[in-house]
Amino acid sequence: MSGTLRVLSGALTTVQDLGRLGWQAYGVPSAGAMDTFALAAANRLVGNAPDAAGLEITASASFELSAPTLLALCGAGLGATLNDLPLPLWTAVLAPAGAHLVLPGRGRDWGARAYLACAGGIDVPQVLGSRSTYLSGGFGGYAGRALRAGDVLPLAPAPHDPVRLAGRQWSAAMRPAYSAQPTLRLIPGPHVDLFASDALETLCAQSWRINTTSNRMGYRLEGPSIRYAAPVSLASLGVLPGVIQVPPDGAPILLMADAQTTGGYPIIGVVIAADLPLAAQLLPGDALQFALTDTATAREAWRTHCDWLAQPLPNDPDTEQLAWSGALPL
Amino acid sequence: MTRSLAWKFSPFGEAALLIEADTTDVLANRYALALATALEALAFPGLLATVPALGSLLLRFDPLRCTHEQLEAQVRDLLADLAPAPEQPTRIVEIPVVYGGEHGPDLESAAELLGLSAREVVALHSGQVYRVMMIGFAPGFPYIGPLPEQLAIPRRTTPRAAVPARSVAIAAGLTGIYPKRLPGGWHIIGCTPLEMFDPQLQPPALLAPGDGVRFVPLAEGVQP
Repeated sequence: MSGTLRVLSGALTTVQDLGRLGWQAYGVPSAGAMDTFALAAANRLVGNAPDAAGLEITASASFELSAPTLLALCGAGLGATLNDLPLPLWTAVLAPAGAHLVLPGRGRDWGARAYLACAGGIDVPQVLGSRSTYLSGGFGGYAGRALRAGDVLPLAPAPHDPVRLAGRQWSAAMRPAYSAQPTLRLIPGPHVDLFASDALETLCAQSWRINTTSNRMGYRLEGPSIRYAAPVSLASLGVLPGVIQVPPDGAPILLMADAQTTGGYPIIGVVIAADLPLAAQLLPGDALQFALTDTATAREAWRTHCDWLAQPLPNDPDTEQLAWSGALPL
Repeated sequence: MTRSLAWKFSPFGEAALLIEADTTDVLANRYALALATALEALAFPGLLATVPALGSLLLRFDPLRCTHEQLEAQVRDLLADLAPAPEQPTRIVEIPVVYGGEHGPDLESAAELLGLSAREVVALHSGQVYRVMMIGFAPGFPYIGPLPEQLAIPRRTTPRAAVPARSVAIAAGLTGIYPKRLPGGWHIIGCTPLEMFDPQLQPPALLAPGDGVRFVPLAEGVQP
């Protein structure tokens, strides 16, 4: 059952896993899925290892499957259909050979990025221990670039009997609080003292709009200016996704998955890891808000996030019965 | 090594700890590197990654396996009798450079700003062994230094949208090498034929933090 996935179209689709940690000291960004929760959930639904590679589909895309394939689409829905029928999200679905998966794009609902896992995972070579695409570095994933129409992605053999897993669903109660205009909780950063005394208050009091130049590296935020207390010159220091740094122009930048490993702008806060999936579901033009929290709350939020990802996923009893009776056509 | 450094510990979200020295001189850099090495050797439970920089060290950890307080206590313990990374690097990498001309379009203008001749800039730049103080900005981009006082020059007032790959440049008391075509604001004084970064290799970068670097003028370019 290891077939291929042919790309028919796509605005910005990349092969991603959970990222490459461990080469930051050599300047290599982690990359990986922007919404790691959705990718991890999709992988679990189809029985993959947590580090299997899937697709991050931004805005819109379409695909054709060569063989019967167990797949799951999590995160944004992007209006997905399988052979012209609405595809249930957060569900393991057995797609027949030749099936067309079409994601026309976001409607009025929340969500910018859909995550597609296929049983077995996308079989591209690991680079520095990961299959993630690092776009500006031009390596990882499929030829180091976004997918184009005509690309054919090999799928690794499914680790489990796909028929048994079909129909499994991810409880809606065990997902991040996705919304069109999320509130991201932050912990005050190491350079709060370098900012004007009302800077954190200003950051958390307003709604911020994501600037059009934003991408997988980071979101430039439009809103009131965040001021330094005095002119600042900092030596470059290590940074990570979730960091909110403020250049001298006063417009904050929220670093995302492809962020550089070091930066030289003062850091006013760091968005907690459990809320990064919410940020990952935004596009330029979307709005977000910030709220202050503390490390204890952040740690508990992360624990919940991990518990949700480890939740038991019982097989669907109906599918089970069909499988036993041999009635499920492949 | 009698001077002692003051270290500031800051939570960096719930899953990282930033350790900053009160200066960014070479000694702080040597301590940051030694600390990274010591922590990695300890295999501290939950520690995921260390990112040494000019005068700081960022530690990323699993917040369900350790806390800021535990990590800070461990680091303070280590700092109590930690020797900084050696002053003389154990590995010295020679970087051949074609200085000036089309490969170093800013050599003349930088020399003018510094009140030196182009030959003097080349002589100073290639005249001693420097340290790789950190790698950042882009995969494999080394921050090398510190440069002698005579080469201290601010960044260009207008950054370039694209600096060619393998350009050797100076700014802010440091010298760097662009591993690939990138935007940049440093003064380009030369170009090396060496490949700085290859993701298919482990480690992927030619240089590592703490390495020694000596620039060697090639015959095609301006001579010292």
